[in-house]
Amino acid sequence: MVDYLKLLLALGWRNLWRNRRRTFVILFAIALGVWSMVTMAAFMRGIIHQVVNDAINNLTGHIQIHAPQYRDDPVIEHSMTLPSAALQELLQKNEKIIAWSARVRVPAVIASERESSGVTLVGIDPSREKTLSFLFEATKKGRYLKDVEDKGVIIGRKLAERLQTGVGKRIVLMSQDRNNEIADRGFRIVGIFDATLESTELAYVFVGRSVVQKMLGMGQDISEIGIKTRDREVVDAVTAKLRQAAPRLDIQPWNVLQPLLQARVTINNGFTIIWFVVVFVAMGFGLVNTLLMAVFERTREFGLFQALGMRPRFILGQVMCEAFFLLLIGLAIGNLLSLLTLQIYSDGIDVSGLAKGAQMIGLSNVIPLTSQLNDVVVANALVIGLGLLASFYPAWRAARYVPVEAITRT
Amino acid sequence: MEYTVVCKQLSKLYHQGDVTIAALNKVDLQIQKGGFVCLSGPSGSGKTTLLNMIGGLDHPTSGEIHVDGKRVDQMSKADMAEMRLRQLGFVFQAYNLIPVLSAHENVEFVMQLQGMDKKTRADKARAILKEVGLEGMERRRPAELSGGQQQRVAVARAMVSGPSLILADEPTANLDSVTAEMLLQMMRRLNDVHGTTFLISTHDKLVMSYAKRLIGLHDGEIVDDERRN
Ligand SMILES: Nc1ncnc2c1ncn2[C@@H]1O[C@H](COP(=O)(O)OP(=O)(O)OP(=O)(O)O)[C@@H](O)[C@H]1O
Ligand SMILES: [Mg+2]
Repeated sequence: MVDYLKLLLALGWRNLWRNRRRTFVILFAIALGVWSMVTMAAFMRGIIHQVVNDAINNLTGHIQIHAPQYRDDPVIEHSMTLPSAALQELLQKNEKIIAWSARVRVPAVIASERESSGVTLVGIDPSREKTLSFLFEATKKGRYLKDVEDKGVIIGRKLAERLQTGVGKRIVLMSQDRNNEIADRGFRIVGIFDATLESTELAYVFVGRSVVQKMLGMGQDISEIGIKTRDREVVDAVTAKLRQAAPRLDIQPWNVLQPLLQARVTINNGFTIIWFVVVFVAMGFGLVNTLLMAVFERTREFGLFQALGMRPRFILGQVMCEAFFLLLIGLAIGNLLSLLTLQIYSDGIDVSGLAKGAQMIGLSNVIPLTSQLNDVVVANALVIGLGLLASFYPAWRAARYVPVEAITRT
Repeated sequence: MEYTVVCKQLSKLYHQGDVTIAALNKVDLQIQKGGFVCLSGPSGSGKTTLLNMIGGLDHPTSGEIHVDGKRVDQMSKADMAEMRLRQLGFVFQAYNLIPVLSAHENVEFVMQLQGMDKKTRADKARAILKEVGLEGMERRRPAELSGGQQQRVAVARAMVSGPSLILADEPTANLDSVTAEMLLQMMRRLNDVHGTTFLISTHDKLVMSYAKRLIGLHDGEIVDDERRN
């Protein structure tokens, strides 16, 4: 039996190279298909990875803690007191949490001498915020804030342009205070930040937390606690733990805080699957067609096999072996190409040529290629599994030839 | 008397439109074990049809076929395949060999299908290729052999596993007379030495001259049956 299998494999392998050109064409098609599946999946994952990471870096974090009503109506009344000692200890000691910080976050109006604009005023603890969000690395001009008492302000580049202002100039921030009065205060711009998205640059204004608390008369109260975990996988576990420790607070993971983001993850995954199917169908037709041609050309030979006493199912097996080799070699080349592509673009693909369009859907200029073993395995399994299934038809045709007709055909 | 082939009232009808062609018409035939029988007749007389029926490559319309005492016409496809594998050897006019296999592998092929072990198989293949005069050409693929050499490989393959009957359909049709004569001498020798029964169809006078028995076929009927010794 092993001997028989060896024979079938040998026949399949040698027949593969009888029409080299045709074999190379179909190998190229399979390789291209696999390559496009793997890199496309990596590209889609990259987009999602980036969009999610951007959102997480842009103040969302992996988890946020709020007072119960805050998310429905993010006003100053819905702020909360500093976390309890127990919660603080948990935040500090849990090794899955790599950074956390308390913020004040209120709607405000910023005004320069020439223009004004609606923004979100964020009071931060600069030292804790450093590892939590994008701000420290994004502050390209001027300086970062020193501490919670820092009386300077950092605004986005685009906002600075719109307000026609810059580092060293003064602006005024206005917001509602604890007593529903308009509070305002002048600040000097100490830094300008660059964000991946212009919308971020327009939306946020950062000052020292204590300065805002004093300005709005809110004592030690805060709006939120942002938390960054080791990675996205542990978010649910950490959320559960925190909820246990502080049952009366609203503690939510990123995908609840940003439901649209979650939807995009789902849609992207769906798109990847559709892509897989489309590529496979095209490839499958090519494969079946190639094998049918090969089988048709060898009609006489299959008749001969039968005349010699080879059972039809072994003739079927022989064609299947041929298909198997085709798929295997195609896959190997495709995976190699994918690996190469991922290597070459390990720093991401620069899409700045399309950046205007990309920005509109919330993308930055460089898309990292994020390959998951999972995707590669699925692509390979799909091609080999369904490929063999599709090859069954030509193989069956080969086995079905009636010997006398096959032999008399010339 | 032992018969390798017995046909009784064997008919094969082909329908083409309204016309019915009797490729074989109630043929009665008995071939002794160890015979070297030549089947001659003009084109379309039914030679190929008769060989295919006996070889189980096709089903008769009516009548009986016995090979080695077994009813071929009532066999299942699988049994027919098994019979072809164990009891029969085929030699066709051309394209006898599997192009991707070497001469040696072509000869080994049938034994491989039979499940014979590697060593025995290789020894037998080497011996029979030597017997048909192809020593030193074992590694060549069919495309690298002349027409006559290819036919010899085909005969070697048909012979190698010791079948009781070899069916050869115009085996010399594509060969020049010198090569054809060599092939025939070889087949006669194999017939003499191993006692294998040969049934050979031909229009070739040369082939007929080698026959121990000459059967003439015309329009699907046996019109002549001459035994010589
Ligand atoms: N598949 C078929 N369909 C219809 N008619 C057929 C078929 N095969 C053979 N015939 C007819 O049967 C008759 C016998 O054909 P056969 O091939 O047996 O002749 P032959 O003696 O081998 O001829 P040749 O010397 O040319 O090989 C012919 O009239 C042929 O036309
Ligand atoms: Mg014929």
